[in-house]
Amino acid sequence: MNNFQYSRASDIADAIRLLAVDPSAKLIAGGTNLIDLMKENVERPSRLIDISHLPLRDIEETADGGLRIGALVPNSDLAYHPMIEQRYPLLASAILAGASAQLRNMASVGGNLMQRTRCAYFYDTATPCNKRSPGTGCSALDGLNRNHAILGTSRFCIATNPSDMSVALAALGALVHIAGPTGARTVALTDFHRLPDDKPHLDTILGSGEVITAIELPPRGFARNYSYLKIRDRLSYAFALVSVAAALELEGNAISEARLALGGVAHKPWRSLEVEAALRGQAATPDHFGHAADLLLQGATAHSHNGFKIELARRAIVRTLMQATSATPQSQSHKKIA
Amino acid sequence: MADLTDQIPERIAISLVVNGVRRTLEVVPWTTLLDALRDRLQLTGTKKGCDHGQCGACTVLVDGRRVNSCLTLAVMKDGAEITTIEGLAKDGTLHPLQQAFVDHDAFQCGYCTPGQICSAAGLLAEGRARDADEIRELMSGNLCRCGAYPNIVAAIEQAMSRS
Repeated sequence: MNNFQYSRASDIADAIRLLAVDPSAKLIAGGTNLIDLMKENVERPSRLIDISHLPLRDIEETADGGLRIGALVPNSDLAYHPMIEQRYPLLASAILAGASAQLRNMASVGGNLMQRTRCAYFYDTATPCNKRSPGTGCSALDGLNRNHAILGTSRFCIATNPSDMSVALAALGALVHIAGPTGARTVALTDFHRLPDDKPHLDTILGSGEVITAIELPPRGFARNYSYLKIRDRLSYAFALVSVAAALELEGNAISEARLALGGVAHKPWRSLEVEAALRGQAATPDHFGHAADLLLQGATAHSHNGFKIELARRAIVRTLMQATSATPQSQSHKKIA
Repeated sequence: MADLTDQIPERIAISLVVNGVRRTLEVVPWTTLLDALRDRLQLTGTKKGCDHGQCGACTVLVDGRRVNSCLTLAVMKDGAEITTIEGLAKDGTLHPLQQAFVDHDAFQCGYCTPGQICSAAGLLAEGRARDADEIRELMSGNLCRCGAYPNIVAAIEQAMSRS
């Protein structure tokens, strides 16, 4: 690891001030991704600003019946929180599908949103990568791109966002609360992460000097008809090839509300309001789910090694929506896919 | 050219309660908890495997929770209680997990074992695993390249049933 200075922020305003003083400083909370990237020489911050002790660990109900989750709540504490287990089990399931028990104990909610792609070329400082070194090119385009994106790609980057938690947050319509030098703002989770276009070095819309303070869940939790299905190369502790977060509200067998988001296929969680609107009023059948999958995957593009992901995603979407319909969500421990 | 000495951070004094004993030391900011334990406190039971949070050999308990010490900065844990494999046995009696690993021959080379046992201690404290499938899932952050997994799961089941 390269040398760096260390500061402990006394409060959020202090963290914002320290970021403004030193633009190459970075915040650290759980550190599970940042320390790894620093050991790999991919991240070289001049200073780490420790925010891990700040009082952003509360989970509290909002006035409208939703939940506000402090940015420093550890992933494991969120997944096992009674209100998340009971009211937002899709989120609990997605979090438990990711990383390991140790990493979930360390990683914060805000840090999960900020984790960077696991593209092997992003990690390999001997190769060109527009995300790591803008303007150098994308090694994955003609390289080993089996894990890479099929949706929303650009000729500059085909990396994927690695988070499971964010996929469920996208489906649930979560909000991200941000504090910064010019005040506070709130953005939808689906607008927080970016597509790569010609600036793949920017993963999110977070501006310099800004700090995530909380995420907020709307009241609707889809606690009955939901499932998070993660398809990967081994049964646990691996990043998704394709993951699907599905949530339904049903009246009989008719869909009154649908949520559908994909992970492992794009630079951000992939969700389409049009597809969800098209599902509303339809019967919850494999045919209708297949049609929704085709719509959501419209424009999917294969690269040399990842063409299988398109059909895999289509089948995973139908399977996950059927699991949600039958209220038999995918277990993250018992791996058999129902 | 700037004077490089200006850029070298001061060592920072920290205090850790390691296996019940308060230890004070001065560290540079990039010292991981793993390196502090092994190189500064001579507690070499905790192992450095991948050093990237992928293998779990470095697992220790920080304030009772299992973490990867290789991805933890020592300076960020000032004041914390750390339990390593050296701190599990009490009064000359093996911890039930240590005894179970012996009973079930739950290791071959043994390199991953301190991390496996500390991780399993965290798992027991969490109380989330109820059967072998759940043990396997919640122990997936600890790799054993000898492939002693069936015996590791059996050992944890034994300790779980007796705790």
